[in-house]
Amino acid sequence: MTLADLRRGDRARIESIDSRDKSVQRLMTMGLVEGAEVVYLNASLGGDPLELDVYGMSVSLRREQARCFGVSRMGAKPDVQRRG
Amino acid sequence: MSSVAASIPVDAIPRSRRARATFALVGNPNSGKSTLFNRLTGLRQKTANYPGVTVEKHIGTALLDGTPLDLIDLPGIFSLTPDSADERIAVEVLLGRVAGTPEPDGILAVVDATRLYQGLYLLQQLAEIGRPMVVVLTMADAAARLGTRFDIEKLSAKLGEIPVVSVVATTGKGLVDLKRELALAMTAEPRPLASFWPPLRAAAQQLLSGADTGSAGPGLQEVERSLVEEDPVATERLVALQGPDIVTQIEKARAELFQGEPGLAVEARHRYGWIRGVLDEVQSAAPPIARWGSFVVDWMNRPYPATVLFFVVMALVFQAVFAWATPFMDLIDAATTGLGESIRQFLPDGVLQSLIVDGVIAGVGSVIIFLPQILILFLFIILLEDTGYLARAAFLVDRAMRPVGLSGQSVIPLLSSFACAVPGIMATRAIPDRRDRIATILAAPFLTCSARLPVYALLIAAFVPSQTIGVVNLQGIVLFGLYMLGIAGGIGTALVLRRSALRGPKPNFVLALPAFRLPNLRTVAIALLDRVKVFLRRAGTVIFLVAVIVWALAYFPRSAAVEADAAAARAVAEASYAGVELTQQLARVDNEAAAAHLEQSALGRVGKVVEPVFTPLGWDWKISAAVIAGFPAREVVVAVLGTIYAVGAEADESSLADRLRSARFADGSRVFTLPMVLGLLVFYAWCLQCVATLAVIRRETNSWRWPVFAWAYMTVLGYLGALLIYQIGSRIAA
Repeated sequence: MTLADLRRGDRARIESIDSRDKSVQRLMTMGLVEGAEVVYLNASLGGDPLELDVYGMSVSLRREQARCFGVSRMGAKPDVQRRG
Repeated sequence: MSSVAASIPVDAIPRSRRARATFALVGNPNSGKSTLFNRLTGLRQKTANYPGVTVEKHIGTALLDGTPLDLIDLPGIFSLTPDSADERIAVEVLLGRVAGTPEPDGILAVVDATRLYQGLYLLQQLAEIGRPMVVVLTMADAAARLGTRFDIEKLSAKLGEIPVVSVVATTGKGLVDLKRELALAMTAEPRPLASFWPPLRAAAQQLLSGADTGSAGPGLQEVERSLVEEDPVATERLVALQGPDIVTQIEKARAELFQGEPGLAVEARHRYGWIRGVLDEVQSAAPPIARWGSFVVDWMNRPYPATVLFFVVMALVFQAVFAWATPFMDLIDAATTGLGESIRQFLPDGVLQSLIVDGVIAGVGSVIIFLPQILILFLFIILLEDTGYLARAAFLVDRAMRPVGLSGQSVIPLLSSFACAVPGIMATRAIPDRRDRIATILAAPFLTCSARLPVYALLIAAFVPSQTIGVVNLQGIVLFGLYMLGIAGGIGTALVLRRSALRGPKPNFVLALPAFRLPNLRTVAIALLDRVKVFLRRAGTVIFLVAVIVWALAYFPRSAAVEADAAAARAVAEASYAGVELTQQLARVDNEAAAAHLEQSALGRVGKVVEPVFTPLGWDWKISAAVIAGFPAREVVVAVLGTIYAVGAEADESSLADRLRSARFADGSRVFTLPMVLGLLVFYAWCLQCVATLAVIRRETNSWRWPVFAWAYMTVLGYLGALLIYQIGSRIAA
């Protein structure tokens, strides 16, 4: 399962990263590393790009990069689920 | 408790030791850095929500109990690994690698309490530089609302006893403590070299061992960065210092540190591992305060509401620029016309009256009238930037930009270009890839900037009937079409370039989206006032000068033969007519004389020389001359037309639009036919008539190649567009 497979309101932990791409390394510098917990907030029209919450910061990335992050789903963030 | 080592009062530091120092102001994008800069220095500086808008080098002076401290406000960065042109500036200044900017004596680091996780990454790297340093924690009040409290003393201890001060930049709470800490840091001894990643530091020290540390070789920090980022320049410098054998040592050190993974990935894992441990200790949860505002914002960020909102916002801007400005424009129009008329009453006929009324007032006035529209447009762009909406727009439009070969990152500069291409092109510095950036730079001048508005508004008001079809106004449709034409030109250009000269890898869209926030009224007012000043300065200098020069060219040389003919015709009229008829005849004689004067004036002769070039577009020599005069700045054309047509105007034609409508060729046919006007509008939509834009393209691409290309390409495109429309249009009309 990768970041690209999450749905709105899902909370997930990053388990593995294919770090070859420069933009993936940039995302890692912004806090998307193994062990980090993220919340899938939104997608733009047509489902791409995505918006993630990374410890208080909204980060956007394209699905292509999202597929480089293997995740495990941890359930939904309660308040987001209620609204979703 | 808002500061750590706050026990020593400023007065305890001997004044002699307080030398003038420079500190770098560094932080993540949107961390409140620029607001703090304004607070500390009182200097005006733009703050906005889009990561990377602070692209100029901003220096201000803070007074710490009378002692000056210079601050350099650097563009926002996430780490010492730059990703775009403006981030590179920040890192180079920090590491003392920018000519003309000395390495900062200390660092004032800003970290947003709501995004401390990311902020601590940069703080580690900054602390490792080993300069005196003070950390400002901003938005602690916002973090408290979200349910987080901080142990500031513990945070300071974790960073190696670097003082941390909590400041609310909007109210100024905590500033006194901050100033005291800065005064202490100014005179502090260099801190012992700390490292949050000891193996990297050890490897760098190993590579530098035995070298003369006082020489011009790379510093410890530079060697560390080159190990992680594989920077070839730093490697060369190391080879120059230590000999060619060092290369194998570098390879060995990298293999040991990174185990075959990219250095940046290993660094991120290591540093965030440390951060998670620290956050567990310094943060504690408090019950969050639920707010209706955040509920609404979350909903508005969803795909469909956000898309609807995007179009509503765009429509609102469009509507505002054209509907709200009208009363103000009418007011300015009445004022300039009234001024011209009263001066005509006071001054005798002759050179001086003509210079002031026909040259200065008609010329400058016809441009000033568009100030309300331009201000409303800029107000909206500034508001969109300051609230964080532009980054949201980029997120929404990213997908639509892909077929063009660009990303949502290009949207922010392009939206700014609707106000003015110059700030738009400067905002491209946040685009990481050079090819994406140049394609965006070349697309920007196509978008309908505020200087095109006067030309469009004048021609549309004069020649497109104000007819309503259903619910839409015909004039509105033409204007909308012109905006679309500009967008099509820009997108087409980017598309072609990305498939030819600027072919390259697909751009990505990694962007930190700022939270929506209410605009800071002070920031908005200051930014808007800046634009008013720029506009009025232009009207008072360039446009004034061009208007006077064009007036002089249109007025001189006065022909004695024309005067004599006119005097004779006047005598004949006085002998043959009386009363109303005489007045009419005299007016006719005056007009014919004015037209004859204009035609043999310097401007008339120049216009006639260039006229053949523009005859295929249906232009007469007057428009040709005005268009040529408009190449330095396109809004000048309105001033020039104002002056040219004022010189030979009939008394009952008060407005420039009326005068244009009655312009005729020598054979009596109308000059401004619909195909010709539409062609002229297309010419203005595409032609690059702006020296300021060319200069900024030259500066940003660092070559003459791109501005020359942009100018030639857009001029040819504008000419061909006008040619096609006029030739086809007049055939259909015939």
